[in-house]
Amino acid sequence: MLARLGLPLGVLLLAALASLLIALGVGSAQIPPAQIWDVALSHIGQGSGDTLAWTMVMELRLPRALSAFAVGGLLAVAGALMQVLLRNPLADPYVLGLSGGASIGALAAMLGGLGGLAISGSAFGGALFSTFLVFGLAHGSGGWTPSRLLLTGVVVAAGWGAVITLMLAMSPAERLPGMLYWLMGDLSYARTPWPPLLLLLATCVVLIPLGRSLNVLARGPQQAAALGVAVRPLEWCIYIAASLLTAAAVTTAGSIGFVGLVVPHMLRLLLGNDQRLILPACALAGGTLLVLADTLARTMIAPEQLPVGVITALLGVPTFLFLLYRSR
Amino acid sequence: MSVLATRDLIIDVPGRADGTPLNITIEPGQVWGVLGPNGAGKTTLLHTLAGLHAPRSGSVQLNGSVIGQLRRRQVAQCLGLVFQERQDGFPATVLETALIGRHPYLSPWQMEGADDYARAEAALERLDVAHLHDRLVSTLSGGERQRVAIATVLTQAPDVWLADEPTNHLDLHHQSAVMALIAEQANQGQAVIMCLHDLNLAARWCDHVLLLYPNGEACWGSRDSMLVPSALEDLYRQKLAVVEVDGAPVFVPIKG
Repeated sequence: MLARLGLPLGVLLLAALASLLIALGVGSAQIPPAQIWDVALSHIGQGSGDTLAWTMVMELRLPRALSAFAVGGLLAVAGALMQVLLRNPLADPYVLGLSGGASIGALAAMLGGLGGLAISGSAFGGALFSTFLVFGLAHGSGGWTPSRLLLTGVVVAAGWGAVITLMLAMSPAERLPGMLYWLMGDLSYARTPWPPLLLLLATCVVLIPLGRSLNVLARGPQQAAALGVAVRPLEWCIYIAASLLTAAAVTTAGSIGFVGLVVPHMLRLLLGNDQRLILPACALAGGTLLVLADTLARTMIAPEQLPVGVITALLGVPTFLFLLYRSR
Repeated sequence: MSVLATRDLIIDVPGRADGTPLNITIEPGQVWGVLGPNGAGKTTLLHTLAGLHAPRSGSVQLNGSVIGQLRRRQVAQCLGLVFQERQDGFPATVLETALIGRHPYLSPWQMEGADDYARAEAALERLDVAHLHDRLVSTLSGGERQRVAIATVLTQAPDVWLADEPTNHLDLHHQSAVMALIAEQANQGQAVIMCLHDLNLAARWCDHVLLLYPNGEACWGSRDSMLVPSALEDLYRQKLAVVEVDGAPVFVPIKG
């Protein structure tokens, strides 16, 4: 059992480390792995320190790479949780309107001429507002069903889409590029990577003991209750966790689609449906995907940068379609 | 061994009068059959007994405690339910499906051990589906899925079995085999309550019968006092002929 979990997670961990190494080495100035090692050694007071490499690796590339990793992991785990909650493979924080709410918050702050922290805070507030709106409306009087929650989310997301278009149409031309970049995801404004990284780690630690209950819940609420799962508290816990993860992710890097939908599915096709394996695997694979995508985004047409959301979609769509096609 | 009892229980079927309050005690070793026409509330009754559905009034007691006040995990350790309908959200293999029967006994940090796997494999073997253990449940036939569902409850090994039409989709041989399995459980001291459509299975395998009418009226008692042709004709609004075969009455619907 442990070997069954350990092998795939070990492979994914190596891939994650490799992706971070690539992200640190590739850019306007290439830094070979040996020199990164040197920098790491000088960090703990050994070896020869090269100040330029030090600045580039430790102060520019490392925080950005770690932010990308955290955001990718958060989005993938949030998507996997939503899919279990709704027992629907289409569920994803973006489909459910969470990122739409965050976008409205961020764009409103940008339109108001606010910057930095205010944009992040406003995005976070928008994501949470959208969460409670969707959940409250779907709940209505009496309980909610997965299909009702999904439909409410899709319709609310469509509504946010229209409002976003309206805001873009009305905004002054000089603010448009920043807004568009935010909408397509952009890690260049990511400040310290530690809050999202710690949140990702904490979530994984909390979710591992819940994994088997999630497996049972995936078979339907009645079956889960009959097998001893306290269904309602668990569902609330998943919903709130997924919302917080998404809000934290969009706050760090803007709206990056596709990771939450594609990564859990790819892993399910490859590894099966045990959530105890899928959730930590999502954290690693989602992080790896976004680190690689961000490295591409900042190098492909350097010194210009591409929005990272475009890259995740360009990488994710063909991979996903290939796996789906092959799985039949 | 656990005992399930109801105190003035009225099940909550929307838009229906209260009917007869149920006061039943199901002792270890008994096999109860619940009979009634479509829509009489058999499944609602079973779900209410399992604590999954709130009663309109009265209570269900498991070992003397009101079931709604027990933690679901405690309930699941002594009471198992074979559902009539199952959802498959995500693909799962037959072995994984049987193995979730061990969920109530494992602590959150615990992984399934060799003993849990052995129990699941033995249950699959008992239901004649062990050879399918790596197959996805979604690729099985209706009867095979039914047997996997029963194997899951057998893995759970509850003291009280609630089964909603356990012979659904099963061929004749497997109907008999499943009924024999249920009788064997009762002989070991487990209590069984099952909804049945087939009067002849009830006549053959149950020792107690509860008749549930569409208007909420109900009566219950020993099999022989309940399986009276006139009462059954009234219950199903269907004329019946009775013959005796192999030591048990056989009810056959007749025309007119």
